[in-house]
Amino acid sequence: MAAGSESKTQVERASDRELLIRRVFRVRAETLFDAMTKPEHLRRWWAPKSLGIVVFSIEADVRVGGRYRYAFGRPGEPELAFSGVYKEVVRGARLVYTQVFEPMSAAGEGLITATFEPHELGTLLTQRELYPSKQVLDGAIASGMERGMRETLEQLDALLPELQ
Amino acid sequence: MPREAYKLVVETFAALAEPNRFQIVELLRAGPRTVSEISERLALNQPQVSKHLRVLREAGLLDVEPRAQQRVYELRGGPLRELHDWLERYRKVWDARFDALEELAIELETKEKTHGRRKRK
Repeated sequence: MAAGSESKTQVERASDRELLIRRVFRVRAETLFDAMTKPEHLRRWWAPKSLGIVVFSIEADVRVGGRYRYAFGRPGEPELAFSGVYKEVVRGARLVYTQVFEPMSAAGEGLITATFEPHELGTLLTQRELYPSKQVLDGAIASGMERGMRETLEQLDALLPELQ
Repeated sequence: MPREAYKLVVETFAALAEPNRFQIVELLRAGPRTVSEISERLALNQPQVSKHLRVLREAGLLDVEPRAQQRVYELRGGPLRELHDWLERYRKVWDARFDALEELAIELETKEKTHGRRKRK
């Protein structure tokens, strides 16, 4: 099942515990790799304004066995964080790291594999997200739906007085 | 989201998590099928297919319609549309991030060129 097959970024559920994200970037693989791993760059793109979250801090010791931690959240609210350990680091080709969403650390570790391949326009990035279990991915989807539904209801609530 | 609706969503994904059931749903995406057509296409025996179809029906993913001596199974839209909607929202998050990432990466390359150090390590 895929979403956005005609847009720049494609997401598909590749199996019961895996998502695949693909995108072509108009830059060289080494540049893309650096922009995705250096903290001073990460803090500029990882939480774009449109998401309504801000980066509180980013640490990334990009070498095999090194740790990273991205702390973020809504302004003025407690921080949330993703953290993990780098398993494979090949600049411009491959980056593999574990990932824990700290508020749900009991759910276990995911594994993210990012591969960089030459493309006529620049570089094709494929990010494979392997979730700790099918239940965790299902749970993420279920909670996302819950949020989506709540947002819809809130929008409806906001509209109702205008309609009456 | 009401407790009942939440339970339904979880049941939907439990139903879809089994690989053969996932394949049945993918097959039915192309159009309605009978039990024998499904078992032939997926190389599963009919009792197995019937068992999976029952789980999918109970999760509200399928409708069944009698046709001549056969029962024809077809997808019901709702729960699958929700999965699609979620993927679409997740895609938008990454699309927004990647737009910002690409902009930054292009800026980095432009800077490199103006400094005449394209092959910089």
